[in-house]
Amino acid sequence: MMKRFVYINDDSSQDLYCDNRISNRKYTLWNFLPKNLWEQFRRFMNQYFLLIACLQLWSLITPVNPASTWGPLIIIFAVSATKEAWDDYNRYLSDKQANEKEVWVVKDGIRKHIQAQDIHVGNIVWLRENDEVPCDLVLIGTSEPQGICYVETSALDGETDLKTRVVPLACIGLASEQLHIIKGVIECPNPDKDITRFDGNMRLFPPFIDNDLCPLTISNTLLQSCYLRNTEWACGVAKWLSIWLTIFSGNETKLGMSRGVPEPKLTAVDAMIDKLTGAIFLFQVVVVIVLGFAGNIWKDTEARKQWYVKYPEDGPWYELLVIPLRFELLCSIMIPISIKVSLDLVKGIYAKFIDWDEEMYDHDTRTPSHAANTAISEDLGQVEYILTDKTGTLTENKMIFRRCCINGVFYGNESGDALKDVQLLNAVANNVADVIRFVTIMTVCNTVIPIRSKSGTISYKAQSQDEDALVNAAARLHMVLISKNGSSLEINLNGSLIQYEILDILEFTSDRKRMSVVVKDCQDGKILLLSKGADEAILPCAYAGQQIRPFVDAVEQYAQLGLRTLCLGWRELKDDEYNEWSHAFKQARSTLVDREWKLAEVCQILEHDLEIIGVTAIEDRLQDGVPETIETLRQAGINFWMLTGDKQNTAIQIALLCNFISSEPKGQLLFINGKTEDEVLRSLERVLLTMRITSSEPKDLAFVVDGWALEIILKQYRAVFTELAILSRTAICCRVTPSQKAQLVELLKSCDYRTLAIGDGGNDVRMIQQADIGVGISGREGLQAARAADYSIGKFRFLKRLILVHGRYSYNRTAFLSQYSFYKSLLICFIQIFFSFFSGVSGTSLFNSISLMAYNVFYTSIPVLTVVLDKDLSEKTVMQNPQILLYCQAGRLLNPSTFAGWFGRSLYHALVVFLITVHAYADEKSEMEELSMVALSGCIWLQAFVVTIEMNSFTILQHLAIWGNFAAFYFINSLVSTIPSAGMYTIMFRLCRQPSYWITVVLIVAVGMGPVLALKYFRYTYRSSAINILQQAERSRGPIFSMGGLESQLKSLEKDVASLSTSQSKFRNSVYEPLLSASDPPPTSTRRSIGPATFDFLQPAQSRLSSSYSRNCKDN
Amino acid sequence: MNSSSGSAAGPSSGSGDGSAPRRNSKRPKYSKFTQQELPACKPILTPKWVISVFTLVGVIFVPIGIAALMASNNVVEIVDRYDTECIPANMTGDKVAYIQNDDIIKTCTRNLTVPKDMDQPIYVYYQLDNFYQNHRRYVKSRNDAQLKDADQANKTSGCDPEKTTKDGSPIVPCGLIAWSLFNDTYNFTLGNKNLSVNKNGISWKSDRDHKFGKDVFPKNFQNGILRGGASLDSNKPLNKQEDLIVWMRTAALPTFRKLYGKIHQDLKANDIIMVTLENNYNTYSFNGKKKLVLSTSSWLGGKNDFLGIAYLTIGGLCFFLATAFTVVYLVKPRKLGDPSYLSWNRNPSGH
Repeated sequence: MMKRFVYINDDSSQDLYCDNRISNRKYTLWNFLPKNLWEQFRRFMNQYFLLIACLQLWSLITPVNPASTWGPLIIIFAVSATKEAWDDYNRYLSDKQANEKEVWVVKDGIRKHIQAQDIHVGNIVWLRENDEVPCDLVLIGTSEPQGICYVETSALDGETDLKTRVVPLACIGLASEQLHIIKGVIECPNPDKDITRFDGNMRLFPPFIDNDLCPLTISNTLLQSCYLRNTEWACGVAKWLSIWLTIFSGNETKLGMSRGVPEPKLTAVDAMIDKLTGAIFLFQVVVVIVLGFAGNIWKDTEARKQWYVKYPEDGPWYELLVIPLRFELLCSIMIPISIKVSLDLVKGIYAKFIDWDEEMYDHDTRTPSHAANTAISEDLGQVEYILTDKTGTLTENKMIFRRCCINGVFYGNESGDALKDVQLLNAVANNVADVIRFVTIMTVCNTVIPIRSKSGTISYKAQSQDEDALVNAAARLHMVLISKNGSSLEINLNGSLIQYEILDILEFTSDRKRMSVVVKDCQDGKILLLSKGADEAILPCAYAGQQIRPFVDAVEQYAQLGLRTLCLGWRELKDDEYNEWSHAFKQARSTLVDREWKLAEVCQILEHDLEIIGVTAIEDRLQDGVPETIETLRQAGINFWMLTGDKQNTAIQIALLCNFISSEPKGQLLFINGKTEDEVLRSLERVLLTMRITSSEPKDLAFVVDGWALEIILKQYRAVFTELAILSRTAICCRVTPSQKAQLVELLKSCDYRTLAIGDGGNDVRMIQQADIGVGISGREGLQAARAADYSIGKFRFLKRLILVHGRYSYNRTAFLSQYSFYKSLLICFIQIFFSFFSGVSGTSLFNSISLMAYNVFYTSIPVLTVVLDKDLSEKTVMQNPQILLYCQAGRLLNPSTFAGWFGRSLYHALVVFLITVHAYADEKSEMEELSMVALSGCIWLQAFVVTIEMNSFTILQHLAIWGNFAAFYFINSLVSTIPSAGMYTIMFRLCRQPSYWITVVLIVAVGMGPVLALKYFRYTYRSSAINILQQAERSRGPIFSMGGLESQLKSLEKDVASLSTSQSKFRNSVYEPLLSASDPPPTSTRRSIGPATFDFLQPAQSRLSSSYSRNCKDN
Repeated sequence: MNSSSGSAAGPSSGSGDGSAPRRNSKRPKYSKFTQQELPACKPILTPKWVISVFTLVGVIFVPIGIAALMASNNVVEIVDRYDTECIPANMTGDKVAYIQNDDIIKTCTRNLTVPKDMDQPIYVYYQLDNFYQNHRRYVKSRNDAQLKDADQANKTSGCDPEKTTKDGSPIVPCGLIAWSLFNDTYNFTLGNKNLSVNKNGISWKSDRDHKFGKDVFPKNFQNGILRGGASLDSNKPLNKQEDLIVWMRTAALPTFRKLYGKIHQDLKANDIIMVTLENNYNTYSFNGKKKLVLSTSSWLGGKNDFLGIAYLTIGGLCFFLATAFTVVYLVKPRKLGDPSYLSWNRNPSGH
C-alpha cells in the first residue's frame, strides 16, 4: 500500500508534494485548439465529414466547391469549440477566485496571510467561524476545550446537518501558542477519492512526546470546501492537497471524483438514429458503387465518342476511381451534417423546459427540477420499468415517533400517537424503571448534536432522521438532551440533571444495522452498553433465556401498519470487560487496512447478552400524490419495482398504500424466500410456475423477494429470475443492498428494457447511475442521489409530469426532427442522383455550392427547430390518457418502418421535383442555373409544406420560422443574384418574372403534397391512431373528459390497456402506426368493472413469455 | 394503516401556501414560452377542411391548366431535323468521315412550310439531342475570370484540356465549352426575298454586361491540331460574340435548344421558307441529332404542353379525391374524436 508521510510545520519537506493551486481547466491557451479538435474528431460523424471535406479539395473529383462542406463543418466545429472555451474560461475564473483567497497560515511560528494556492502540505492553517476549508486538513486544535468543532459538509454530500470533528487524542489540550511550533509526522495513504474514509496515524515530535501512534479517522479531518460552523477557530495541518481537482469543475470536484466518471448515456432514440445513419451510409455506399460502375461503363461506351468531352485515350491509374469518388462526394449529403447540431440544440432546450417548469417546482424545499443530463430527455418517454426506492422517495422521510412497545406493553395503540398516551406519560412521571431506561436509550444512543440557540431553546442536528425523531420524542416525554460536549452528555429529566460520560461509540453501518454507545453513568459510575438497531440485528443479541416473542410480535404488528421499527436493548458492563475490550477497540481503530471490517468484528464482541426492553415504531408518511402518480404511470404501461432496505412487511404495507399492489382477492403476492440455495430455488420455481398459471387469471401478481434470497438468486439462478422478471409487472425487493439494487437494474437492462431508477439517498446512487435514466429526489437524505442523477426533482409526484409531459414531448419532437433531417438530405441527394442519369453519369452537381450549403444549414434546418414547441396533445389530455405513452414506449414514431416512410417520401418528392422541373424547363429553357434554381425552389416549398403538415400545433414562432424561412430563401437568393461574379447572377430576378416559374413550383407542391395530405387524412379519419382520436376529441369538442359519463367509461375500461400496452410494446420492431387502434382486444379477458387498482395480466404474460425466449437467448 | 394513509395528504396541502409569498430566486420564471404554453392554433384534418382544400385546388388548377394549354397551342413551331438529310447519299455510310473532311463544302438546302400564321418575333433555335453540355468534364471547363477581364487572360485554371496552345500561351476563351462552339449556319429566304435573322440581343444582357468583357478578344482560339467548333473573329470583343455567350450558358439537359436569332417578320400559313445551311457541326460520332426550330412564343414560353396537361390532370384528380372523400364521408360517417374508438375503451367482451 502506498503511504505518504507529512511532516507538520516543516518547510524543508514541503516541496515533496504539489501546492494547493486548483486547476479544473481542461485546456490551456496553447493546447486548446489541438486538444479540442482531437476531442471533436473522436466522433465518427466528424471523422466522416472531415474525410469528405478533404476529398473535396481534390478538384478533379469534387462536384461542388469545397466550401459547401468546409463551411458547415467549420461552423459546427466553431460552435462546439466556443462552448468548450466558454466553459473552460468560467472554470478558470472560479479556480482563480479559489486560488487567490486569503488564508491564515503559520510560517516560522507566526501567523501570516497568504493566498490559498500557496498552501503546502504540512502547513498549519487557521480557520475562523464560517470560513471555507481551503484544502484537506487534519484537525489539531480548536477553540472548544473538548477539542471538537462543527463542520457543514453540504458542498460535499449535500447533508445540511452539522458534523462533529474532533482533535486527535495526542493534540487535545494544546494551547494555541503551542500549535504554532508543533512538529510531527502524519502517516497516511496516498490521496484517494473516498470522502467517507481516512485511515491515518499521527506521531508528534518532541517536546510533544506521545508514545502512542495516534489514529486518525475521517472525523479528525476537514475536507476542502466544507464550512466551519459554531466554532470560533480551528487549526489544522494541510494533509494532502487538492490534487484530485485537476479533472472536474467547481465544488462538485470531490463528489465527481468519488463517484467516478459515469459512462455517457446513450438514449434509445440516439441508438436508433445511429442505426439509421448506418443504414443510410450503407445505402450510400451501394449507390456510389452502382453509379460508379454505371459511370465508368457509360464513359467507355458513350463519352469516348463525344469528342467535345475530349476524354484522353489513357488516363492516370486512378481513373477508375474518379467517378465513384465523385459520386461519394455527391452523395455525402445523404447523411445530414446538421443533424448532430440540431439534436444537441433541441435536447438542450428540452432540458431547459424541465428546469423552467413551474409545475415541477417544489414549494416546500424551494427547489426547481433540474436536468443535469441534457442529452437523454427522449428516454423519459420510453421508460418501461421504474425501480424506486421507498424511504424518502415514496415517503416523505419525515420521521415521527408514533408508537412503542416497552416490555410487552403497547403504547399509543389507541390514539395512534404514543406521545399522547396517558399511560406512557404517567409511566415516565412515575419513574417506572423500564420506561425510563427505554427513554434514556432513545436519548443517549445516537449521534445527535444538541445546539442551544441564544434564546435558550434547544434544537437537534442529526444525520439520521430516525434518531432525530427519537430524541425529539424523548424530549416530549420530558427527557431532554441538553448538551453534548466531547464525551460528556447532559440530560434533563423532569427538571433533574443527569450526566453521562460517553466512552465509546460503536457506529452504525449498513452492514451491522445497529449502533451502540458505551456510557458511564456519572451518578453511580456504572458502565452501560446501550444499543439500538433493526430487529434482526438486535434480537439475536438478546441474553439467553429472554422471551423475545413479544418483541417479534410487536415488530410484526408495527410493520403491518407500515411503521419503521427499531429495537432497543442494553446491558451493564463490568469494568474489566470494558477495559479489555476498549484496548482491542483502540487497536482496531488505528489499523490502516480494513479498518471498518476489523471495527465491526470488535463491536461484535461487546454486543451480546443484551436485555431487550422495547420496540419503537416510527412513521414515515407517504409523499403527497404518490398513489395517484403510481397509478397513472402504471396505466401508461410502466412497470414498477420497489427496492428497499426496509423490512418485508413494512415494504408490503407501503406498497399497498401507494397502489403498488392490491390486497388479497384482487392481487396476490408471491414470496421467494429461503435460507439455503435449494430452498431459494424451490421457492423461485414455485413462484415462476404460479406466475405462469395465474397469468391467465385477472390477478394482480407481484413477487416479493428479500436481500438474502436475492443474493443467492443473482449468483446462481439468474436465468430463471430473468424469466420471472419479464413475467412480473410488479416486484418488491426488501432488505437489498445498494449493489443489489444496481444489479437488478442491470438485469432488467440486459433484457432490453428501458429502466428508470429513482431514489433519494446515498444508497441509491449506484442504482441511479446504472439505470438508463437516474432520477434523484432532492430530499432530506442529502443531495448525493440528486447529484448523481440525470434528473433531480423535488417530489415523487413530479415524475408523472417528467415522463408523461417532458419525456413524451421530447421523444415525439426528436423523432420528427431526426427523420425530417434525413428526409431533407435524401431529397436533395436523390435529385442529384436523378440528374446524374441526365448528365452522362459523370457526377455533375445540379445545384451550385452556395445553394447546397445554404439548403442544409439554413433553409431546411431552422424552420424545423421550432418543433421544440410542437405539442401533439395538450398536457391535460396526456395526463388523462396516460395510455398514450405507449406510442413512445414502443418506439412507434421512430423506427425502421416510419423511417422507411420518410425515405419513400423523400424519394417520391425528389421524383416529383425533378421530373416536373425537367419537363417544364425543357428545350430552350433548359439552362443549368435556372433549372437548378427551379428545382431548389421546389424543394424549399415542399419542405415548408412538409413541416407544416407534420406539425401539430402552431405558435407564432412556428409561423415565423416556416414562412419567414420562405421569405428568407427568396431574399437571400435575390441578394446573391445581384452579385455579378456569382454563378447565379440575375437568375432569381429572371425566374420571378416568369409566370412559368411560379406555375411550375405550385405544380410541384400540389403533386408532392396532394397524396401526402390525402393519405394522412385517410389514416387520420379511418385508420386513426389513439393519438389522432385524442387530437380530434381535444380539438373538435373541447376537453371531452370534463363530461362525467365519459370519465367513468374511461376508468372502467382502462385496465385493459395495462395489458395491451405491455403486449404491444414488444412488437416494437414490426410496428406500424395504426397498430394500436386496429389491434384486437385480448381474446379471453372478460369485462370487469372493478376498482382501478386491478389490471389484467393475461396478455402481457403470454406475449412476454413468447418474447422472453428471444430475450433469454441474449443472456445465454 | 388508516392513520398513516389518512395523514398522508395532510401536510403538503398546507405547505404550498406557506412559501407562496416569498419567491425564491431559483424559482423558474413564469413565461408562456418557458412553460410551453404559447398560444397555438391546432388545426386538425376534418373532412370538411380536407374536402374543401381539394376542391379549391381543383378549382384553381383546371383554369390554369386550360390557359397554359391554350398558350402552348397558340405557339406555332416548325421543327426540322436536318442532320440525316444533309448528307450526300454516297456518304451516308460514313457520316463521321464526311463531317470531319474539311474539303467538302457542306452546304445544304431545306424547305420548310409554315403550318399556321406566325407573328413576329419568330425565334430561330438550333436543337441538339444527345449532347451532354452538362457532362462533368465539360461543364466545368471554363474560366469566368478570363472571360471578363482582359488582364486575367492567363487564368486558365479549370480549362483542361483546352487550356493553352502547344507553346504554352493561354487560349482565350479557354476550355471545352468555348472550343466546341456550335458552328452550323442558317440563311432563310422567303420566296425570293432574304429573311433577315437578327442575331443581336440573343444572349442575356447580364452576360454581355458583366460576364463577358468588352475588351477581351479571342486569342489562340481554335489553333490546335484538333479543331472543335466555330472560330471566333479575333477583332470582336467577347461581349459582342453573342453566339459564344449563348453557347456558354450551358444546358442542364442533353436535349436543348439554343437561340440562333430572331426574325422580325410575320409569316403566313403555307409560306415556304428555304433554308440554306452549312452542316458543319459533328453530331454523327455520338449519334446526336440536329434540328432547326422556328417558333413563336407565348406568356409561358415555347410550345410545351406539359404544364397544361399536368395542371388539368392534377385539377381533375383533386376533384375526384374531393368527391371520393365526400362519398366515403356520407356513406360511412365516422365521428371524429369518439373516445370509444380508443383501443383501451373498446369493449373487450366483443370477442
